[in-house]
Amino acid sequence: MTKRIDEPTGTETVGHEWDGIEELNTPLPRWWLYTFYATIVFAAIYVVLYPAWPMIDRATQGTLGWSSRGDLAREMTAADMARQSTVERIAATDIEKLPADPELMQAAIAGGAAAFKVNCVQCHGAGAAGSPGYPNLNDDDWIWGGTLTDIQYTLTHGIRWEGAEETRANFMPAFQGMFEPAQVNALAGHVLSLSGKGRSSAAGAQLFADNCAACHGSGGEGSPPMGAPALNDAIWLFGDTEAAVKAQILAPRHGVMPAWQGRLDPVTIKMLAAYVHSRGGGQKAAPAQPATDAASDVAAAAKADPNG
Amino acid sequence: MGSALYEKGKTVHNKRIDGPFRRFKWLVMLVTLGIYYVTPWIRWDRGPYAPDQAVLVDLANRRFYMFDIEIWPHEFYFVAGLLIMAGIGLFLVTSAVGRAWCGYACPQTVWTDLFQHVDRFFDGDRNARMRLDKAPWTPAKIARRSAKWAVYLAIAFWTGGAWIMYFADAPTLTRDFWTGNAAPVAYATVAILTGTTFWLGGFMREQVCIYMCPWPRIQTAMLDEKSLIVTYKDWRGEQRGSLKKAAKNPDQYGDCIDCNMCVAVCPTGVDIREGQQIGCITCGLCIDACDRVMKEVGRPRGLIDYATLDQCKAEAAGAPPTPAWKALLRPRTLIYFTVWAGLGAGLLFALGTRTHTDLTVSPDRNPPFMLLKDGSVRNAYTLRLRNMEARPRDMEIALEGLPQGAVMWTESVSMENAARVQTVTVPANATEVLRVYVLLPEGAPANAFAFRLTSLDEQREQDVTETTFAMPGNE
Ligand code: SF4
Ligand code: SF4
Repeated sequence: MTKRIDEPTGTETVGHEWDGIEELNTPLPRWWLYTFYATIVFAAIYVVLYPAWPMIDRATQGTLGWSSRGDLAREMTAADMARQSTVERIAATDIEKLPADPELMQAAIAGGAAAFKVNCVQCHGAGAAGSPGYPNLNDDDWIWGGTLTDIQYTLTHGIRWEGAEETRANFMPAFQGMFEPAQVNALAGHVLSLSGKGRSSAAGAQLFADNCAACHGSGGEGSPPMGAPALNDAIWLFGDTEAAVKAQILAPRHGVMPAWQGRLDPVTIKMLAAYVHSRGGGQKAAPAQPATDAASDVAAAAKADPNG
Repeated sequence: MGSALYEKGKTVHNKRIDGPFRRFKWLVMLVTLGIYYVTPWIRWDRGPYAPDQAVLVDLANRRFYMFDIEIWPHEFYFVAGLLIMAGIGLFLVTSAVGRAWCGYACPQTVWTDLFQHVDRFFDGDRNARMRLDKAPWTPAKIARRSAKWAVYLAIAFWTGGAWIMYFADAPTLTRDFWTGNAAPVAYATVAILTGTTFWLGGFMREQVCIYMCPWPRIQTAMLDEKSLIVTYKDWRGEQRGSLKKAAKNPDQYGDCIDCNMCVAVCPTGVDIREGQQIGCITCGLCIDACDRVMKEVGRPRGLIDYATLDQCKAEAAGAPPTPAWKALLRPRTLIYFTVWAGLGAGLLFALGTRTHTDLTVSPDRNPPFMLLKDGSVRNAYTLRLRNMEARPRDMEIALEGLPQGAVMWTESVSMENAARVQTVTVPANATEVLRVYVLLPEGAPANAFAFRLTSLDEQREQDVTETTFAMPGNE
């Protein structure tokens, strides 16, 4: 290690040499070095103030007590506060009157869409399109009625939900053992013919009139108050094949939906109804509708956890 | 020196000089600072629906106003195009005249120059400043320094203050700023820019160019032996010797009289006679200085001059000097210029032909289609209608290419009023997002089709966007 002064530059070398290449000693500017020291001081202070040092089960906490969780909680609270007035207005508005206030309706639809993603997609699918046995909520076919009030009622009390007294309930009887196979064939043919798919027969028509028309209507038009699906349209909950129809006649399946009352607050249920109604098939309210009890909604909303 | 860990900064006290390059530097400083400080205050009447500031970057509403031009987020290619032009422009300038950007137009250079004039105003020229630097801290010196730093600070504050004016209505913001009602980000921006201007322009100066800035590395890589750069013609100047020495031994000395003027005027403290170096920002002040000296001693100008390395080689070998402008026209600069100008022409063309309406369509994918009770099929689309004019406009959306019986309705219009054509009013300067349902009767064949947007005013601007209709079996 021989240091020497480099001729052309007049700078001292550091003394190393590799393959004839020597390194000149060019010191850093002073400010550069001081900046570096400042970063070290900054790091030391940071380690004391903020969570930093990994220990065996958790990192050091820092004297400021800051945490990203705390930050998130604060932001969530702030967001809830910002939402609060809209939520209160939705709670105080009669559900059938929501569409009259487009801004509030949009807010309700957006809130409902969020709640739908958490609570409803498991059965009805992310696009609310359902699947065999799980009704499609985008179309214009409603087993239990498609007005805002109907949907809100269905959501609140569920369908065939044990434990909810006012739940939507109906049970189609199983005709297993009552009909001969030929009769079942004739009946299924007639049912499919209602929507132009199968072949009707006198025997099938008679069987339908005797056993089915009471609920499904003489033309198979269905009855929302009774929850009897329409059989004369293009939409089939359990499939439109002859085998599917026969299976449903012999041993019907009955869908079940939970009652959301008590699990979701009334405002969330109202917003969900608005969202489902907005998917393209929602029906207008009939002229005279019983008013929902808006005042009790407000009280319940104030108590309820907004995240359900 | 030696094994020291650091090197103490050397303050550069550059001497005042006058000459063509210095005057050009003044001009550039005047123009750039003028544009910077004045632009936000120019008013531009856009009617009641848009701000009246000629140049405004409206981040909150995502609009960029520039006189008659209004850039929307989806037109960001204009900004991208300008940035690419700036990049190619830098290639062009650098390959032609070296680091001219560094020497004249770079903000760091402009503000450093400004602060050096402040130094000169308070402390006098080079020698006086050097003397004062070494002088003890007497009350007089403290007073002088405080006054000077106060002016630094005022300039720095004005710099930071002008910056935020580009992002909000300047008169309103100024009032809010002084009454304490401006957004915290405005105060923070001004504070940061004031601090950096004060520190970088007032104290760091050439250190920024040498140690912090990445451009010198990049720009020096863009130069070649055909680029004009500031060069000391050593074959003409060496052997250096004072006039006295030269008088004694006439044939022994070159033209450089070793007066050190070129070093004294240099804003970055470079001795150009040592050859090309990273500290040189090609500002040409040493050319001004040396030309004066040469005139005084009665020798031809251009001992230090703009020249290309190729010219230098030829000259050293005895060829006559070539005029500098000849170096400007060569394939590389012409190609850069063609690309740069082509891009500019393209942008201008796009600007001239763009319409003030725009329609984008995104079909619902989940579910792709919906079967209704009567067997008809419904698709849903999200339409974005842009009205880029400063007034509300009625627009018509029509279905094109779908068979008879196809209808559409928007969420707000509802199914009862379904039709092939719908009219919407789009607010001024806004994008209207519409969810639209399109219904095809049972059995009708599905096609690729289009939404046609027509503005219902004298312009009748149109935009057609194609999309598809999904059906069971062909989604
Ligand atoms: S100004 Fe010209 S003459 Fe004076 S030292 Fe510099 S190169 Fe030599
Ligand atoms: S050497 Fe000459 S051109 Fe380079 S920065 Fe100094 S004065 Fe400017």
